[in-house]
Amino acid sequence: MHIVVCIKQVPDSAQIRIHPVTNTIMRQGVPAIINPYDLFSLEEALRIKDRTGARVTVLTMGPPMAENSLRKALSFGADAAVLLTDRKFAGSDTLATSYALTSAIRKLAEEEPVDIVFCGKQTVDGDTAQVGPGIATRLGLQQLTYISSIDSVDTQAREIVVHRRSEGGVQVLKTALPCMITMLEGTNSIRFGSMDDMFRAARTPLRVWSKDDAAADETKVGLKGSPTVVSKVFVPKPKAEKAKFIEAEGGTADAFAAAAVEAIFAAQPKLSTDLLARAAQG
Amino acid sequence: MVEKFDAIVVGAGPSGNAAAYTLAKGGLNVLQLERGEYPGAKNVQGGIMYAAELEKIIPDFRDDCPTERHIIEQRVWLLGDDSYIGTNYRSDAFNTDRPNRYTIIRANIDKWFSEKIREAGGLQICETTVTELIRDGSGKVIGVRTDREGGEIHADVVIMADGVNALLAKRAGYQPELQPQNVALAVKEILFIDPELIQQRFGVKEEEGVVIEIMGKVTKGMAGTAFLYTNKESLTIGIGCLISDFKAGQCPPYKMLEDLKAHPVIKPLIDGAEMKEYAAHMIPEGGYKAIPQLYGPGWMVAGDAAHFNNAAHREGSNLAMASGRMAAETVLELKAKGQPCTAANLAAYKAKLDQSFIMKDLKKYRNLPSVLHGNKQFFSEYPDVINAAAHNWFTVDSVDKKTKEKQIMGSFVKTRSVLGLVGDAIKLVRSVR
Repeated sequence: MHIVVCIKQVPDSAQIRIHPVTNTIMRQGVPAIINPYDLFSLEEALRIKDRTGARVTVLTMGPPMAENSLRKALSFGADAAVLLTDRKFAGSDTLATSYALTSAIRKLAEEEPVDIVFCGKQTVDGDTAQVGPGIATRLGLQQLTYISSIDSVDTQAREIVVHRRSEGGVQVLKTALPCMITMLEGTNSIRFGSMDDMFRAARTPLRVWSKDDAAADETKVGLKGSPTVVSKVFVPKPKAEKAKFIEAEGGTADAFAAAAVEAIFAAQPKLSTDLLARAAQG
Repeated sequence: MVEKFDAIVVGAGPSGNAAAYTLAKGGLNVLQLERGEYPGAKNVQGGIMYAAELEKIIPDFRDDCPTERHIIEQRVWLLGDDSYIGTNYRSDAFNTDRPNRYTIIRANIDKWFSEKIREAGGLQICETTVTELIRDGSGKVIGVRTDREGGEIHADVVIMADGVNALLAKRAGYQPELQPQNVALAVKEILFIDPELIQQRFGVKEEEGVVIEIMGKVTKGMAGTAFLYTNKESLTIGIGCLISDFKAGQCPPYKMLEDLKAHPVIKPLIDGAEMKEYAAHMIPEGGYKAIPQLYGPGWMVAGDAAHFNNAAHREGSNLAMASGRMAAETVLELKAKGQPCTAANLAAYKAKLDQSFIMKDLKKYRNLPSVLHGNKQFFSEYPDVINAAAHNWFTVDSVDKKTKEKQIMGSFVKTRSVLGLVGDAIKLVRSVR
């Protein structure tokens, strides 16, 4: 059994800052991480590997520095890693990205047929949730999105049973392999690899593929292959206000509480009258 | 199968990086283990980087090392309640091709250094905590155990560069627990600010930087110092005091930092800046007398873990890099001669340290920590009386100068008594000789 897990290296959105003057995203110094949603899919793939002895290949498209994310995936226990990198891929939207990844998966399938493709539910930088379904459509795979658990994988009958969250309830679905799965967040937590995995991750040579290695058509990748147009980018006004230190004489809890309430009312005068009105109503 | 290396370096700070790089460059099979997510993830430094020691390890580091600004001006300030008295030294001669001091954002430097180690052939594994040393029947260290499954790894020698807590050496019984009076707790903030404002407020050009070292009332009588550094597009401001003082005192560190930021002479410098990062770390400040055993059979300790920090001159990372390099060179020399890393052979590491500025400087200031710890007047009464004297002297108000001199002398005597003044002078002089 062969599983391909598609991951993406993204800037850690929790640490992104907006330049106070130019209002642009400051990429400098923002750590790159594996898209957090991808880790739920990677862990699920590794669990299937534990149960069935499947081979897990991680695949990413990105700049050369995306190597770090692949090595990290290897350190969790993945068997092999492919980095799809080419200047021609720059500027790809989700349509072009799903095409490029599909080309690479087809290449991988030539070596060993692919039974399951795992993708993250969405990325934290683009948030479209389009690439996984795009790959499934191109490869003609059964599509299992928003999966909360994988109940069984039958390698003989080539069937898989899963729980899927849907509007208004949970679906229990059975389908034939091959399929494409995106996992819901919070369904598992990524493992802590062994020392052997760490050594392997540090030493395994990565397979670095160009557009040609993946046999991708130049007109379908990068800006040329991307019909999406970004018409406007703007920064929403931040809602959070600056923290304020509250001092209280005597330093007792009551004094602090009173000072805190006073500070809140000072900042939101309406709140005080509202509360008084409500109290009057009983 | 248990992996075996020529050397294992624990930690990816300045001392660990210096050791790992020197070993890898020397052709040894070296493994560096770091508990943080990436090198530098757990590391905190003010920070000023002194070029000389890094230059010895990577001579052309200036080509791509991500430093912030090179320092052209040093200020030393003694803060009163609403004033400062101080000295400046600024020179255009610091604008050379090979500046001596740089402000840095530490995590950037550690990442850069680690890249160099990997290029030199060192194997680096992060997110892996070394939990203990492994010893054979004779007590010789033969490797380490990590927190991962199958975590046993062997090596001919282990260099512990695991930072101020030195947990490994402590667990192995090579070091006693840290004493609160030998460790400072420092807190700092990185404040984002328009570089143009830095240039204007400090009177510098884009690449030029200013360092302000601060003592005085702001530490509320505790033994401690503060600092303000100019980075490329941020300011680093911090303050630290001995843990024993924080323990006894009524002021938590964050409050002390807030008070520093609100001080009338500091506030205009940081006005309009936005806090980007808050960090806290311990600093070994026990000096020469707190230096632990530095080597043993199959092991050495370097950097903060060896208590190598010159608090009086705010030097730490250069001592760390130098000691890491010396530990590595000791191993390289033994390997070249085909000799094992026994305690007797590793004594060469101590000999190198003794001959270097590390031990010479720390020895010179060996009495300073106890003098400052036991004489809090240097952090409370003196800043007041000195600032008041300056205020008096520079106020032109028809009082004759002789009377002013008398008033100023009187204020010193009133505060400390003649005997006290003489005693303090002797103590200070003795502590730095």
